[in-house]
Amino acid sequence: MRDFLRRYGGHILEDFLRRYSGQIVELTLEHLWLTFAAMLFATAIAVPLGVWLTQNPRWARPVIGFANVLQTIPSLAMFGFLLPLPWLGERAARVAIVALTAYALLPILRNTYAGIRGVDPSLLSVAEAMGLTNRQRFMKVQLPLAASFILAGLRTATVTCVGIATIAAAVGAGGLGELIFRGVASIDNELVLAGAIPAALLALGCDGALGLVERLFRVPGQGSPA
Amino acid sequence: MSVAIEFRKVGFTAVGGQRLLEDISFAVEEGTTTVVLGRSGSGKTTLLRTVNRMVEPRSGDVLLRGQNVREPNPIALRRGMGYVIQENGLFPHMTALRNVGLVLEVMGAEPREQLMRSQDVLNAVGLEARTFGKRYPHQLSGGQRQRVGLARALAAEPSVLLMDEPFGALDPVTRAEMQDMLRELMARMRKTVLLVTHDLDEALHLGNRIVLLSQGKLVAHLGPREFLNSRNPEVEAFVRAFHRGEMSAAAEKGA
Repeated sequence: MRDFLRRYGGHILEDFLRRYSGQIVELTLEHLWLTFAAMLFATAIAVPLGVWLTQNPRWARPVIGFANVLQTIPSLAMFGFLLPLPWLGERAARVAIVALTAYALLPILRNTYAGIRGVDPSLLSVAEAMGLTNRQRFMKVQLPLAASFILAGLRTATVTCVGIATIAAAVGAGGLGELIFRGVASIDNELVLAGAIPAALLALGCDGALGLVERLFRVPGQGSPA
Repeated sequence: MSVAIEFRKVGFTAVGGQRLLEDISFAVEEGTTTVVLGRSGSGKTTLLRTVNRMVEPRSGDVLLRGQNVREPNPIALRRGMGYVIQENGLFPHMTALRNVGLVLEVMGAEPREQLMRSQDVLNAVGLEARTFGKRYPHQLSGGQRQRVGLARALAAEPSVLLMDEPFGALDPVTRAEMQDMLRELMARMRKTVLLVTHDLDEALHLGNRIVLLSQGKLVAHLGPREFLNSRNPEVEAFVRAFHRGEMSAAAEKGA
């Protein structure tokens, strides 16, 4: 068995890489770009919104509920819904980024809200008694104590986005899904793997990298939030 | 001697309509320690919190050196007072030094000045800043954490210290050490202290004056010796409850 792999495995891999490496690199970058753009939008929306919800908790249920509903829309259907919209539908990448943003909202929103609400109220009371202004209390106590939670939400959202971004190829937005869809259409498993393996590695890589960032912000003496 | 804190007919009613404080009047003299004693739910924490306006009284006034505490901006008022609570008072994401220096930090002190002052107060409460300054709260023992909490309250050199059951979570031996340290420190620094506790021994040990609250009412305002000898039934009941163990042990020895 080992002998077989050494003789043929290396050869197959070499052949495979020669054929697809150029495309894989290009599509990986495209994939990353879609994910990154969506994460940027989702963070810019969900983090401030989550903070706002902690100050206006009666809106928390409806808003988080709405983000939850977005999450339940099957991704293929979501791309389909967005395609006919004016301006948005003109470019597949726009559709993909909006859809991915929608999926990324929930984990970031939920973790921002829960992370900030979860800060020990006695610490906030102490901060108040020490004469910290509301803003100082937020910046110096609430935010740093919730940071690793918020980052855990970002991490979940990023991994989800990397996965769903493969579907974006269905509307022509590119990314590694293109190899998968082509492979499925032509019943070529090698081609499916050429898309699927890098997509999986990308998800693992993002997960690991963001996990490290999250660890930097972890509160000393407390466990992991995830 | 001049009056530092004065309560004038302070009353407070909780949201549910429960009267937590009723017509509380007494004064705390400059540089002395007054201990507010009472059972759980007697309103003592609420009373303490009217001084730094964490609680706004429904009636009556609290005066700080003759000025109504409602007059200054609450942020400025609070920065002028040290505040110490039982457990969980330290920020877990900050080192001991940063915890101590936070008040100075938010008041806009220079980082260097902040560091030097924090080191000084840490040393003053008996924690060597070089060894303990860089530690996070979870790396400290309960007594050490409470020392950091005290250092933090002293950092901005307030003239008034508010302490809410500061040693409540400590074992008796550590608690005694902390009480000695506090007594020595207060004698040296001449701060005005308002301390809330349900521990009679602590009240007798630390207080120049003892105030007993019961169901939101002031029952007694006495010196420690007068307190022990008081014929007031509520004071007697409190004192008796504390000496039960001694009395039953003595009875057993006699038998």
